[in-house]
Amino acid sequence: MPTSAQEHREVSRKITYQSELDPGFGEHIAKMAYGEKLFSCIQCGTCSGTCPVSHYMDFTPRRIIAMVREGFRTDVLNSLTIWLCASCYSCTVECPREIKITDVMYALKQEAIATGVYPKRFPVPVLAREFFSGVERNGRNSEGPLMVKFFLKTNPLSMLKNASMAFRLWTKGRLSLFEEKMRTPGVVSTLLRAAKQAGGNGK
Amino acid sequence: MTYRYFPGCSLKSSGRSYEESLLAVFRALEVPVQELDDWNCCGATAYMSVDEVEAFALAARNLALAEQGGNGQAPQLMAPCSACYLVLLKTQKYLAQHSDLDQKVRAGLTAVNLRYDGRVQVRHPLDILVNDIGLDRIKKRVKAPLAGMKVACYYGCQIVRPFATFDTAYNPTTMDKLVAALGATPVAWPLKTRCCGGTLTGTIPEVGLRLNRILLGEAKRRGADTLITVCPLCQFNLECYQDAIQRELNANVSLPIVYLTQLMGQAFGLSDTELGLQRLFVPAARPAVQEGGKAAHA
Repeated sequence: MPTSAQEHREVSRKITYQSELDPGFGEHIAKMAYGEKLFSCIQCGTCSGTCPVSHYMDFTPRRIIAMVREGFRTDVLNSLTIWLCASCYSCTVECPREIKITDVMYALKQEAIATGVYPKRFPVPVLAREFFSGVERNGRNSEGPLMVKFFLKTNPLSMLKNASMAFRLWTKGRLSLFEEKMRTPGVVSTLLRAAKQAGGNGK
Repeated sequence: MTYRYFPGCSLKSSGRSYEESLLAVFRALEVPVQELDDWNCCGATAYMSVDEVEAFALAARNLALAEQGGNGQAPQLMAPCSACYLVLLKTQKYLAQHSDLDQKVRAGLTAVNLRYDGRVQVRHPLDILVNDIGLDRIKKRVKAPLAGMKVACYYGCQIVRPFATFDTAYNPTTMDKLVAALGATPVAWPLKTRCCGGTLTGTIPEVGLRLNRILLGEAKRRGADTLITVCPLCQFNLECYQDAIQRELNANVSLPIVYLTQLMGQAFGLSDTELGLQRLFVPAARPAVQEGGKAAHA
């Protein structure tokens, strides 16, 4: 059997064909993110320069904007970038074209979560979804139970690693394993349902 | 005037000492504060990542609650957590700018017999302390000046970006002025608005821990005896992950991290338990000379 390069190094196509693009993607995301200015991006890179986590990203914010505009739906939604954005708003404040880049990142997260495009146990969307459903149920977030669910659904072993910190928090009265609840949690589900029925997620 | 108070979820758990010290300081300054009845979570960054309309509806209920009652004056809603503060401000702004969104949120509020008219003013305690109460009144209340204490004021992201109402996004100085009024020395450091990573410490620690190492390292390098914050998540990240940073990144970043209001309470001579100082992982810094020992609570 001839030796294949694939056995030593991963060989894969590094470009995306035009036929694989989603031409409506840019418009769609711009609409979701109130980002009509998305299309006036001059690719200056100020967003990437000011971003405190851009050097950990697979695509910098500047590249993400360009890719969204051109319809690189699959690449963008599968990128690490959208989950690394911690919403610090540096890029939004600095952008000379006033593009709300943080909101674009939020729209991309919403789209990825809605279409299930992320690895099952990937921590960031798991945390967001668990937070979301906890608040939907109780009207408030419960930090202790959220942490437990988060570790169980992502990496149960890492619970051990974090156990000593959790124990310390508990002894200091800073962590409870009970759920926080509003007096009338039903109000929140009614509110959310009604808002959703009135038109959902801007889509 | 009584400030309506929106604590948010963290101030009831991991950030309890923020609430304790905030209320103690406002009591000491004789400024009345009333917690919003049956408030709900602001939605934070997580809700915005899942569904935008629901996120805005959630925040808007708190705004609507804050507008109930009152006597014609614009109600003042105090939101101490940076994430809550940003979300509430953003909701106000976006509802005013986008009528389609406003309609959806309004439909949600109507279903729970609430209405929101946009009268409420969302305020951060730092803003209230410096611009409403004023440095003079604060100075007068100082009983144990923090002379000699070097303080790195950490603003973090979300109180000044992108909807800053009381300070600049580039080089905020409100907290530095307040710290000077307490007799301490604010240190000059360039990372005062650099992001702590929010929940990245838990979700992607390879990145989250590094962000905090940079912040702590720089504060130490600039000679700070303590770093102060006004956000429960910043406090949690910067304090509780110090061991993990030492372990994973082999960096000694040990530094006391307290809330602005805990530092103020120290200067006011309030007791440790009133300020929740016993809840800290790293013991709070003390001024070198404490006149007259421990001051009794007035």
